[in-house]
Amino acid sequence: MGNDKVGIIANVSAFFAERSINIEDISQTVLSGNFVMMMMVDLADSTKPLATVKDELTELGESMGVAISLMHERVFSAMHRI
Amino acid sequence: MLFTAHEIKETVDMFLRHKLDIRAITLGVSLLDCAAATGSATRDRIREKLLRVAGPLVAVGRAIETEYGVPIINKRVSVTPIALVAASARETDLAPYATMLDYVARELGVDFVGGFSALVQKGYADADRRLIESIPEALSSTERVCASVNLASTASGINMDAVRQMGVIVREAAERTATRDGIACAKLVVFCNAPEDNPFMAGAFHGPGESESALNVGVSGPGVIKAALESFRGAGFDEVADAIKKTAFKITRMGQLVGSEAARRLGVPFGILDLSLAPTPEVGDSVARIIEELGIEAAGTHGSTAALALLTDMVKKGGVMASTHVGGLSGAFIPVSEDEGMVAAVRSGALTLDKLEAMTCVCSVGLDMVAIPGDVSESTISAIIADEMAIGMVNGKTTAVRIIPVPGKKAGDWAEFGGLLGGAPVLPVHPFSSDAFIARGGRIPAPIHSFRN
Repeated sequence: MGNDKVGIIANVSAFFAERSINIEDISQTVLSGNFVMMMMVDLADSTKPLATVKDELTELGESMGVAISLMHERVFSAMHRI
Repeated sequence: MLFTAHEIKETVDMFLRHKLDIRAITLGVSLLDCAAATGSATRDRIREKLLRVAGPLVAVGRAIETEYGVPIINKRVSVTPIALVAASARETDLAPYATMLDYVARELGVDFVGGFSALVQKGYADADRRLIESIPEALSSTERVCASVNLASTASGINMDAVRQMGVIVREAAERTATRDGIACAKLVVFCNAPEDNPFMAGAFHGPGESESALNVGVSGPGVIKAALESFRGAGFDEVADAIKKTAFKITRMGQLVGSEAARRLGVPFGILDLSLAPTPEVGDSVARIIEELGIEAAGTHGSTAALALLTDMVKKGGVMASTHVGGLSGAFIPVSEDEGMVAAVRSGALTLDKLEAMTCVCSVGLDMVAIPGDVSESTISAIIADEMAIGMVNGKTTAVRIIPVPGKKAGDWAEFGGLLGGAPVLPVHPFSSDAFIARGGRIPAPIHSFRN
């Protein structure tokens, strides 16, 4: 989430590809003035441990001026699906 | 996409902008099988058992935080009230149990162990008396041990001998930690109708009716409720009530998910989820600010009790459907020093001790983290406790007192406790005496409506 700019999806996609993380779904929109991009990824074959991926993803976000958070799909299911 | 952009943004905002977190996962461990013929043998057994059973707690918590992206602020352990476990060895000084528990807490990497406790609502067993007498030494010589005493219940009445004694104990605990504004009292809470499955400190203990071990979870989220209500300015209470319920449901579902996952990984049963809205001193994490969002200029002014009643009840209604087992305190906490909005309300003169007491009739606990002048008499402290016990007893709810007579400080001075405990202005108390009332002793009988058989 953050301000839209050129290359966000390209950079994030490349980041995942380099680590063998498969993108299963992707969408983006603007909500109340904020650029919001969502990706659903499968980390089963990731070449790096989850904690490392999270740290690196935070750094990548900061370099582009956006906040990137990685959360388990179950958290969203718990909150929004009965 | 499995979820809409709005749903994803709502959830992410809860964590990133509105400080939603799991406030505590607390592993309750029964120590009933640790009682031995001598104190040192009992403590050896307790140490061994806690290090074994709770050993993986912090690592499991951290792994879930990373995997789920949900912060778990505190990992804690609660134990069987030590007075029950220590009884068989018949020692006079029970402070060594606190020293041992402090060591265990450090070894485990948990921030607190709760359960240096006694249940004396109807009367003292010998070990209860010795435990209570050991509290000032236990809390002033340790960092991570919390003590609690259940003084009253709806079924048993109020043990006024114990109420009187706790006035003395609270003062002594404060004076022993005078250089740190009486911080020992921040780790000491007295209860009416204490829950046996409370995950929140300082009052957590693993009650004698609990299973061998259980994982209890406390969720937070005042910032999320406040943010949700910002869209309902000027709306009627029906709409407001609904908004709180929906948000509480979502928060609780998240807590249930994390709690049951932690329990599964630890190989212990999931105990309860405590729905309490627990504030922190951080801006944006305040229960007082929710009350103000409802249309109250400053928490503590007229209307605050009604606002808090609405909030507490809707949190329960929304949360109860989202969890398999709800327990603990469940509602909304109104500590002073731990809530930036409450501190501001005291400073502005809107919030007084008397109004706080009124609000405890409808919050989930009681007078919490309230700083009073250090020279307040023991009997006045006891009388403040007695009032709070009466509210709990008559209304069939949990009430508690965690009060800090700050040594050397007067009304209006600042008391600093640090970290999540925060700091608060010292509140004045009434200057009139309750000496003769507290000196009576004995037991206030249980109220008529406690006889439900």
